[in-house]
Amino acid sequence: MESVAIELKNITKRFGTIVANSNVNLTVNHGEILSLLGENGSGKTTLMNMIAGIYYPDEGQIFIDGSEVVIRSPKDAFNYKIGMIHQHFKLVDVFTAAQNIVLGLKEDGKFNIKNANKKVEEISTKYGFDIDPNKKIYEMSVSEKQTVEIIKVLYRGADILILDEPTAVLTPQETQKLFAVLRRMRDDGKAIIIITHKLHEVLSLSDRVAVLRKGEHIGTVITAETNESDLTEMMVGKKINLNIDRSEPVNPQDRLVVRDVDCISRDGVKLLDNVSFTARSGEILGIAGIAGSGQRELLEAIAGLQHLNSGEIIYNNPKSGNSENLRDKTPMQIRDLGVRLSFVPEDRLGMGLVGNMDIVDNMMLRSYRKGNSMFLQRKEPKNLADDIIKQLEVVTPSANTPVRRLSGGNVQKVLVGREISASPTVLMAAYPVRGLDINSSYMIYNLLNQQKEKGVSVIFVGEDLDVLIELCDRIMVIGSGRVTGIVDGRTATKEEIGLLMTKTDSTDMHGGDQQ
Amino acid sequence: MLSTVCAFIHAAIIQGIPLLYGATGEILTEKSGNLNLGIPGIMYVGGISGIIGGYLYEHSTANPVAALCILVPFLSCIIGSLLMAFIYSFLTITLRVNQNVTGLALTTFGIGVGNFFGGSLLSFFGETGSISLIQSGLCYKASLPFADKLGLFGTTFLSFGFLTYLASAIALVTSWVLNKTRVGLNLRAVGENPATADAAGINVTAYKYFSTLIGGAIAGLGGLYFVMDYTGGAWTNNGFGDRGWLAIAIVIFAIWKPNTAILSSFLFGGLYILCVYIPGLSSSAKELINMLPYVVTIVVLIIISMRKRRENQPPAHLGLSYFREER
Repeated sequence: MESVAIELKNITKRFGTIVANSNVNLTVNHGEILSLLGENGSGKTTLMNMIAGIYYPDEGQIFIDGSEVVIRSPKDAFNYKIGMIHQHFKLVDVFTAAQNIVLGLKEDGKFNIKNANKKVEEISTKYGFDIDPNKKIYEMSVSEKQTVEIIKVLYRGADILILDEPTAVLTPQETQKLFAVLRRMRDDGKAIIIITHKLHEVLSLSDRVAVLRKGEHIGTVITAETNESDLTEMMVGKKINLNIDRSEPVNPQDRLVVRDVDCISRDGVKLLDNVSFTARSGEILGIAGIAGSGQRELLEAIAGLQHLNSGEIIYNNPKSGNSENLRDKTPMQIRDLGVRLSFVPEDRLGMGLVGNMDIVDNMMLRSYRKGNSMFLQRKEPKNLADDIIKQLEVVTPSANTPVRRLSGGNVQKVLVGREISASPTVLMAAYPVRGLDINSSYMIYNLLNQQKEKGVSVIFVGEDLDVLIELCDRIMVIGSGRVTGIVDGRTATKEEIGLLMTKTDSTDMHGGDQQ
Repeated sequence: MLSTVCAFIHAAIIQGIPLLYGATGEILTEKSGNLNLGIPGIMYVGGISGIIGGYLYEHSTANPVAALCILVPFLSCIIGSLLMAFIYSFLTITLRVNQNVTGLALTTFGIGVGNFFGGSLLSFFGETGSISLIQSGLCYKASLPFADKLGLFGTTFLSFGFLTYLASAIALVTSWVLNKTRVGLNLRAVGENPATADAAGINVTAYKYFSTLIGGAIAGLGGLYFVMDYTGGAWTNNGFGDRGWLAIAIVIFAIWKPNTAILSSFLFGGLYILCVYIPGLSSSAKELINMLPYVVTIVVLIIISMRKRRENQPPAHLGLSYFREER
């Protein structure tokens, strides 16, 4: 079984002056799962894209089953039986599963989608997938889409499978199912490379781990002989404390009381269904759920950006002691009520910041109404921008650089920095660490913790359950727009939350079966 | 009454055919993700190329042969429209120029080319007057000989030149290719999500080029039909009018389905000349009726956007260039 499936020798790839990969050497055997570990921007995906034919290496050689090959296009990759499952699914939304699977194939004989359906079902039974070949992609859940992607490469007879962060979008249960399938494929003799930055997954799934840092191959270790802190050190280059300090909430008071909130989309779909909860001061309330379960609508409703069909959002003002209903008020009206609400939206460069404006101008988006002069005062926002750059270690040529040119982590620091500088009483953050490397992530967690200690009521929408459990005081789980449970962050388990995430009522099942 | 209705249907089909060519060509083009707003210009060039070819042939021989009277303008038209479509393809696919700008420029250019040669072709050969290719016109207008003997049915549905039937046939074949063949599946994937198509091993550039070129050639035939069959071999500057834009409106009306485009074109053709068939209209009322095709298109757009069925939306990557190594 220990034959080498694919070997990379001295692979280098540059984008302009940026070196994405430099002199990378890597081997993967048949019947083996290799984890490719590294921070964001360490060149994992670029490296794999070169095997899959999306990019072409500037230097270096690729060997498959011992002989040197040249992979110039995805088509070449198929011919060498390489299949890649991308992080952003490469599927055509309006096609069925089977249509996507046969896309681009040059099979002999008349084109017949029924034969394809049959073959898809054969593969599904062999590896234990559960899929309806005639279902349209846009009707599918994320995990179903991923299944289609995997079947797609298997249909093409792939022997070498590359998965780019396959678990980022899955619930714990779905992840376990995926791992079971991957192990079955490994036992079937396939070579599997999985790109990830979740350490516990690396340890539980893979046989060996290769670590990349800043485009360079740091080393490959056998999984059984390593542990989380060693891997982190290889990945980051220095020791990092992976624990998040969680203090006990001090004198929690009900800050935001959401009662029986309903939100119905224009298509008549219930986005929020009878949602009630309380966010307290000095506490981090986590919100867990499969992406698109209503997290976005909920936060936007509180921020005054989403119309609600019923229910109320009561804000208890700590200064005046008044209670205000924020429902269906505009952000401006909410601000004029003296509500200090900060919002870090999921779509950083769409809703949070203006990509083409520099850091100073982005600071002014929140403060331009201050002052009575008809001219803009740039001094204060400039000072604020400089403060944020210094305190949060934003890597930027200057405060006058357009934010779209900064990397994801730095963009997020600018946004979070601005929102925190408004000294909020309620801070809402949606997926604030998405796409951030370990260092930046922990900096954001610390910032949220600092706010909590200042008595701010923090609402944190996250996707990594491990982090939610470590960071949050309470975790509210929502599924299909309903609150399926609120658990204590100190005692909850991942499995418990995962079950709540997928919990549906009989009424929901009925709605879901349509179409 | 019945004869009036039949005459109206007959006239609607005649008006609808150029629109159908334009719409089929544009649908094929748009399915690859290229929004070719140069279609009106391509149709002008298709028309004038046919005229030039026919003129050169008719003036090179004393006794023009019917087959060549058809073939020469037909091939000239195809070559002319292919050239136009190639300009568009090269600019938008290879050089990734903005598609809207390129298309609009091409339309302006195409109308100019048509009017320039339409106005000066005769003077190149030292003649005066206006272009009139009677022989070619008659060949293109020739219908089935027994059409007149089949009564009202024959005169309403069978008394057209061959380009009329070719238009419907091309639309049906396009529809079949798009929905039932592997090539069609690949092409639709290119228009929906070129990165996916690319990753699946489909040659995105080739598919875009071919569908845009063939789409342009099909649209050009609409111009040929207009100058040869509709006007009988004559050219008048700007005579083709805004039919090219109407063809693009039909693409939306037919929700990107060539087979639906057939009846849609006839409907639009009917609306285009409706005012002639309603007696006693004031001139302002006529103008209002002439507005109908555009009003109907807007209504359809509103209905589509309200129903939000994903299958009825334009190709997702329509109007955008594709670059593989974009980061």
